[in-house]
Amino acid sequence: MAAVDDRPSAAPAAPAPLPTGRGIELVLLAFAAVLVTGALALVEANQEQQLTQALLWVGLAYLALFTVAHFAVRTFAPYADPLILPSVALLNGLGLVMIHRLDLAELAQAAAVGDPPPTELISRQVAWTAIGLALFVAVLWLVRDHRKLSRYAFTAGLVGIVLLALPGLLPSSISEVNGAKLWIRIGPVGIQPGEFAKILLIIFFAAFLVQKRELFTTAGRRFLGMEFPRPRDLGPLLLAWGLSIGVLVIERDLGSSLLFFGIVLVMLYVATERVSWLVIGLSIFVGGALIAYQLFGHVRVRVQVWLDPFADFNGTGFQIGQALFGLGTGGVGGTGLGAGRPDLVPFAYSDFMLSSLGEELGLIGLSAILIVYLVMITRGLRSALAVRDSFGKLLAAGLAFAIALQIFTVIGGATKLIPLTGLTLPFLSYGGSSLVANYALVALLLRISNAARAPLNRRPAAPLPPIAEAGTELVERPK
Amino acid sequence: MLPELVLQLTRAGFLALLWLFVLVALRVVRSDLYAASGLRALVPGGGRANARTGRGRTPRQLIVTAGALAGTRITLDSRPILIGRADDSTLVLDDDYASTRHARIAQQGEEWYVEDLGSTNGTYLDRAKVTGPTRVPLGVPVRIGKTVIELRS
Repeated sequence: MAAVDDRPSAAPAAPAPLPTGRGIELVLLAFAAVLVTGALALVEANQEQQLTQALLWVGLAYLALFTVAHFAVRTFAPYADPLILPSVALLNGLGLVMIHRLDLAELAQAAAVGDPPPTELISRQVAWTAIGLALFVAVLWLVRDHRKLSRYAFTAGLVGIVLLALPGLLPSSISEVNGAKLWIRIGPVGIQPGEFAKILLIIFFAAFLVQKRELFTTAGRRFLGMEFPRPRDLGPLLLAWGLSIGVLVIERDLGSSLLFFGIVLVMLYVATERVSWLVIGLSIFVGGALIAYQLFGHVRVRVQVWLDPFADFNGTGFQIGQALFGLGTGGVGGTGLGAGRPDLVPFAYSDFMLSSLGEELGLIGLSAILIVYLVMITRGLRSALAVRDSFGKLLAAGLAFAIALQIFTVIGGATKLIPLTGLTLPFLSYGGSSLVANYALVALLLRISNAARAPLNRRPAAPLPPIAEAGTELVERPK
Repeated sequence: MLPELVLQLTRAGFLALLWLFVLVALRVVRSDLYAASGLRALVPGGGRANARTGRGRTPRQLIVTAGALAGTRITLDSRPILIGRADDSTLVLDDDYASTRHARIAQQGEEWYVEDLGSTNGTYLDRAKVTGPTRVPLGVPVRIGKTVIELRS
């Protein structure tokens, strides 16, 4: 079919400036600020606090903070995706309101019993948000071209593994909190290095897969309609598997272990388009999980609680049982912000943020929040599709999938779909490391989406290098 | 405690506002889907007049149909598309069978032409090896190393 075109209009018009989406981003940020201020006002009203003008100032401060982030995006990544930042702003804001709401409940509880008032978590979380946004701006400023990151891939991989392994090797007095050795605590400040390791390992794995793609696509044996790789090419996957089992055993953290292995598996699948990697990965994962169930008490307890939380309701099943009652109390419409009792669930502000939100916003509100997450993830995956280099594709797909898998495991855990893992909901839950690391992650996603949406390079092509300097190229004999 | 009615109204109002946010966000997603491109967010019906009459006949985008970059779309404007392993190419291939500067696809008048830039392994239009500037009709695959691209309207 030939595109015969006899229309007189010959020269195409000069390209109009591409829409950047920054305007709609600012509008949505303002909308998010209105929502968060409204949520805060509802909480205060329902908790019988005084409604003062201070609320307005809190809302404006929140808007100002994100306007700074908006202008950083406008300056450093003008074509970045317009939906990701407002989604993050809304989720973070709702998380802050909910943490404040749980603080009020704790204060009331302490006052009723006559205990000294507990420390408020909200001030810490606000500080972490500010640090997270500062890191967000810094990443956008420092990483001007995501492709440059692939140069530091092996450094990133090494630092990532060290960060992942460090809490497991440190003495328990520094690294253990609530049975999981995930922390590095220096004085009052504790961080979870695993959250940062996640991003560094995704960068490493994206670059590694681009370099060694051939290794993973070498044909092996065909079986059940799938190409299976040769056994000797399984090395890297088995290494990742061993590392994630190590995390599970030494650091006693089901969540990070699952997250890490899932990310490796999906990036491998994205790079090779071979279902056989998923089959192999999932089967060795199931094998590892079965062995872990037999060998380790903490895994067995998790599984038993998952199967029947009401068997030992006043003991191990209390947390998830209460969370399920909370979600049930919320029902379709929720009790209204500040009008429920989400504080009855232990760790309502971190692991069980979902049940707190579900109780007060109901199914309607919770599904809106899930769609906001979904929008964020699909925009990340869309950037992966649209960007024009393989490293960017794998990096964006890995980062977006990391958020998706984390949300799935948290929500699955809190709603008794899968065993509870102890990860945090990105941006919503209380937790400094998670918040700060996720801001860095989102900055990288925005950087890649900027590369995907920006107009084509206007630079004229550089002259061809002389033949002596040209790289050696593989030549395939014509068949 | 607020009166029950006010409580119920604010509760429903907040949920409605939350969903309004979601709907606005989804509308932005939708306008991007209509543009069918990661590059240009056209509002449906808001395009230039000649853009609509030309639909279906002139190439408007370049799509990678096979290879490591499969799924990538580039919206065409008057600028030429450079393909190769060099960092400043429009489509950066990391394919052992592609050259640093492999091929160029450029517009002349209303037509798009592909030209091999002295690559080691050659550029193929459908089955034929490209020697000089060759016109690329819509939907005909151009093969460069392991990557296959097509022009679409």
